[in-house]
Amino acid sequence: MIQQQGKKVGLPLMNLVRLNRTPILKQLHLEEKLLRKSSTNWCIINDGTDTPAIVMGISGKPSELLEIGSVLRDQVPVIKRFTGGGTVVVDKGTVFVTLICNKDDVPGVQPYPRSIMSWSGLLYNQVFKGIADFQLRENDYVFGNRKFGGNAQSITKNRWIHHTSFLWDYAEGNMAFLKQPARAPEYRMERGHTEFICRMNEYLPRTDFIEKTTEAVETYFSVKNVNLEATEEPCGAEFVPSTRLLSKQELEEALGPQPEIIGVSV
Amino acid sequence: MASRLLWASRAASYLRISVFHRGFSSVIKDLKYADSHEWVKVDGNSATIGITDHAQDHLGDVVYVELPEVGVTVKQDASFGAVESVKATSDVNSPVSGKVVEVNEELSSSPALVNSSPYEDGWIIKVEMDNAGELKKLMDADQYTKFCEEEDSKH
Repeated sequence: MIQQQGKKVGLPLMNLVRLNRTPILKQLHLEEKLLRKSSTNWCIINDGTDTPAIVMGISGKPSELLEIGSVLRDQVPVIKRFTGGGTVVVDKGTVFVTLICNKDDVPGVQPYPRSIMSWSGLLYNQVFKGIADFQLRENDYVFGNRKFGGNAQSITKNRWIHHTSFLWDYAEGNMAFLKQPARAPEYRMERGHTEFICRMNEYLPRTDFIEKTTEAVETYFSVKNVNLEATEEPCGAEFVPSTRLLSKQELEEALGPQPEIIGVSV
Repeated sequence: MASRLLWASRAASYLRISVFHRGFSSVIKDLKYADSHEWVKVDGNSATIGITDHAQDHLGDVVYVELPEVGVTVKQDASFGAVESVKATSDVNSPVSGKVVEVNEELSSSPALVNSSPYEDGWIIKVEMDNAGELKKLMDADQYTKFCEEEDSKH
């Protein structure tokens, strides 16, 4: 079999877009557009986002998930994304990997959450083989019993997206913006954030992770590196994403009425 | 055991439910089905729409349902809303075109009705159809049962 560099005969094509410190809101808008408007497979790797942000899933309620007072005080942007799943704080230490696929190009994977999640576990098993005790555990990527990658998906009639935020590094202070969620995996066992999560940088170099991820994707797809401009071509301009930034007013309303502090003269 | 199965089969027949034992998903005889696993119950020009037992079983526990506004138009095969389960949002597509005249508000507080009662209390929208001819593109219960078996056998 003759193999051209970067092409494998018989495998479906996947466009790979490498981004660096692209704002997470811009990334999510791009992903939502590509899911809905493109008919090509895409892999997007964004090496960090520019400034810290909180990203909630489609049904997330700020009053239940966030320490809103701290969020407002520190003016941290809060985004509600188009996929399901939980809440994350992201910053320059987060590596994002996204796969957008035509369901027919991933044979053997049914377009349902558990099937897609299971397949993703196999893919990342290749990435972390021999490096650490990697597992897909109750929809999270873990080393041992500590989470380092959170997943979310959106499934349309013929396509699906599976995207992951990887905790390359994180600022412990940022975790204070998040409440302990009511819906948590069993293996969390009521641990606080800092006891539950771990940093990937303790396990392998950043460049190795990205290189191995690309190699793992290449076992399923014929990967072609493209630039950001390539994402414009198939989609046109007419798309309004549902992913959005919550307004200060929305957050204040979620916080509810605050007790008025009356000064006492002495 | 054999007599229990016979009883179950007769009860299913009386209730107009086909039960195929692979995956144990139920299919209701008088409904029409889309290949994206939504069902439609037609009553004159009115269509009640939900997702099938097969779909809810494969999706997992539904924790949120995104409903459309009353009055919006829906198109056959196009998405009108979504359900959230596990970590995913999954589109719900309309089997027919028309105008949404009612949405199941109960699903806002009790999204699990989609799992526990997909064909009854878990209905999602009601539509005033604008082209009853579109129903011909949908599957009947037997065709849908076979469709599900074939789909599951591929994986």
